[in-house]
Amino acid sequence: MINAVGRELPEKIGNYVVKPFMGIGKAVDDLPPVVSKRRPSLRPESGTKLLPTLEDAIKACGLKDGMTISFHHCFREGDMVIGQVLTAIRGLGIKNLRFAPSAVVNIKNPSVTEFVKDGTITNIEASGIRGELGDAVIDGLMENPVILRPHGSRPRAIESGDLMIDVAFLGASAADEYGNATGQIGPNACGSMGYAFVDAHNAGKVVIVTDNLVDYPCAPISISQQYVDYVVKVDQAGDPAKIGAGAARITKNPRDLMIAKRTVDVIAASRMFRQGFSFQTGAGAIAIACTNFLSERMEEAGITASFALGGIPAAIIDMYKKGQVRVVACSQSFDAVAAKAIVECPGVIEIDNAVYSNMYSKGCMLDKLNFGVLGALEVDTDFNINILTGSSGEMMGGLGGGPDVADGADISIVTLPVVRGRTPSIVPKVFTCCTPGTSVAVVVTEAGVALNPKHKYYEELKEDLTAANVKLVDIQDLCELARSIVGTPKPIECTDKIVAVVEYRDGTVIDVIRQIKR
Amino acid sequence: MGKIALKRTSLYASGASPVNLLQARFYNEDCLVYDLEDSVPVQEKDAARLLVYNLVKYQRPVGKYVIIRVNGIYSEYIDEDLEAAVRACPDAIRIPKVEHAYEVQKIAKRISEIEKAAGIEEGSIELWCNIESYLGVLNAREIAESDPRVVALALGAEDFTASMKAARTKASLEIFYARNAILMACRAAGVEAIDAVFSDINDVEGLKEDVKLTRNLGFDGKTVVHPRQVDVVNAAFTPSKKEINYALRVLAAVEEGKRQHKGAVTLGGDMIDKPMELRAQTTLAQARAAGINV
Repeated sequence: MINAVGRELPEKIGNYVVKPFMGIGKAVDDLPPVVSKRRPSLRPESGTKLLPTLEDAIKACGLKDGMTISFHHCFREGDMVIGQVLTAIRGLGIKNLRFAPSAVVNIKNPSVTEFVKDGTITNIEASGIRGELGDAVIDGLMENPVILRPHGSRPRAIESGDLMIDVAFLGASAADEYGNATGQIGPNACGSMGYAFVDAHNAGKVVIVTDNLVDYPCAPISISQQYVDYVVKVDQAGDPAKIGAGAARITKNPRDLMIAKRTVDVIAASRMFRQGFSFQTGAGAIAIACTNFLSERMEEAGITASFALGGIPAAIIDMYKKGQVRVVACSQSFDAVAAKAIVECPGVIEIDNAVYSNMYSKGCMLDKLNFGVLGALEVDTDFNINILTGSSGEMMGGLGGGPDVADGADISIVTLPVVRGRTPSIVPKVFTCCTPGTSVAVVVTEAGVALNPKHKYYEELKEDLTAANVKLVDIQDLCELARSIVGTPKPIECTDKIVAVVEYRDGTVIDVIRQIKR
Repeated sequence: MGKIALKRTSLYASGASPVNLLQARFYNEDCLVYDLEDSVPVQEKDAARLLVYNLVKYQRPVGKYVIIRVNGIYSEYIDEDLEAAVRACPDAIRIPKVEHAYEVQKIAKRISEIEKAAGIEEGSIELWCNIESYLGVLNAREIAESDPRVVALALGAEDFTASMKAARTKASLEIFYARNAILMACRAAGVEAIDAVFSDINDVEGLKEDVKLTRNLGFDGKTVVHPRQVDVVNAAFTPSKKEINYALRVLAAVEEGKRQHKGAVTLGGDMIDKPMELRAQTTLAQARAAGINV
């Protein structure tokens, strides 16, 4: 069958039943009641939830072969919980697990790949897999396809029963022995634990893993004791030096800075750039550079924002401290400054990922967002976005909240260079479609700004940008420019084996990724 | 006054860096200088020449004034550089370290020969001369008037100060005379004057100060060595709203005076003389060339 973005899909992939993407807003007619694995339970007889080792907690949770385990990725590349828990599970001889973290960041020593190779993990569901594991998956390491979901779709999947979590292992930079936990304090603070809430609320068992046991009650409380079964203290849960690595890069590249400046030109030209507007500039080198330019333009215009949303870097905390943003809603914290700010600044708040991005809730914060700035690996002439696979088909990124932001924000702006090295970024057809083009308003490159004629705000944007003298170009011309500079790459050859399923925020399948033929 | 072809910024892109060569076109510079000289290591001269030739010939950026800077007149590379550069058909060839008019004439003659052999319209490729020594400054007027191809002189401050045994400072007093000497030579010859590079690419405030002086002295543009300098220099050479409004008021007053057959006109109590009228015309021409609706 062919879905709404023209991708050919099978009806089933192993046991996975494919629901094809039918278009934005077309899959919401039947919403069953929320399901959960959480059961009522009585207080612990011993009076404490603290267990001596991870092995004790794993046994106490009753973890068995074939179950589903989850983690959050708020320690980002500094995560030290996943490796320790998987090592303990392997030591107990438990196999065939479904590994369902909110994202698989590029952790090493040990690498997750080792646990796939030895059969501890046989299924993976996450927002993205990169690094060594991503390479291995794309080369066909796993029997079963990886399920990739954007951030907003994970709470949807958990509450709909698509993803039932047996045991959630949630790292925390501070916790008490009765299970109250936070990422906001302690020597290894990660800041917001936004991606841990839905796991805590719905997993069959919840284990808090911390390196900083504090007196009862822990304050502040992110994950409440009422959801927590066990607490384990380990030597180290996270490395703060690496929390800022990965998605949150600062750039000095003049091309990236130019794209960032041009992006802010687009925002400032829009009639929605007014007192009390809202924005998300997110992760990625260009997006983070946008934040600094946006601050300058807001100062010039004499306006302030009502809120900034999503993954938060230090640059947005600076804006808050200057009085330029009233509320900073953090689903995650991209660096140490942002991590500490939740405690220090009353308007900087931790939010549940579901509050941030779940379209199947009674309203998420993205519904109220004016401007969303996104990165991309490829954009095609239908404005479809690829944020997963690189020029050789390799796993380069994660879906993150990209598809959610593109759909949720009034004006979604995709930023990318026309070419990267010898690879075109504006192409006739993206290799992997992650975000449907109909949700993308603007593409900003160093060679000009392309508006999507099919976007709901096209006419308004065209009028505003023309009046502001912003150079507009046709996406076809950008595609041709890229081709003229670097030529047309040889198509990537794939086998028939599907190694990953790419779900849209509504749980339908927008694309699949096949094994690369080497 | 005729149309001003914008020469506010001339951005160097090294022939040794394919990435820089490709990316340079996307910034807001008016002139793009593909370099075969100082930025290219000796072992990469051939490769750089070939790259720049193919780029200008087949991937020429649209809407830019394209220049190729060749190696020095007395270098071993000059013949091959000229052969490739002329056949690539840039807008201009930039010659480094020019000190005498006869050097320019020799290069111009060679360019004519290559143009003829290649079937390119003779005289179509212009020349920019880099003035980078005390001798070049002393001979600036003859150099500017040496050949009809010469359309601009550009000051190279680092080599100039070295030739003078002077220290190079941010205040730039050591190049003040050279700047003025070159400007006067350019005005006398009717060619454009391009100011020297501001070398500290991290000092934006220093660049702003420097380019303010550049513009106030009367230069038509400035050479830049990093993309992040482009917008700062362009902005300094683009008339402000206040300047445009004043120029419009000056010219309106002049027109009104003519309509009323007045010999002298005033604006806000100030007498408007011919230089003021000329400056107003220049301001508006610069604004129009920069894409501002006047």
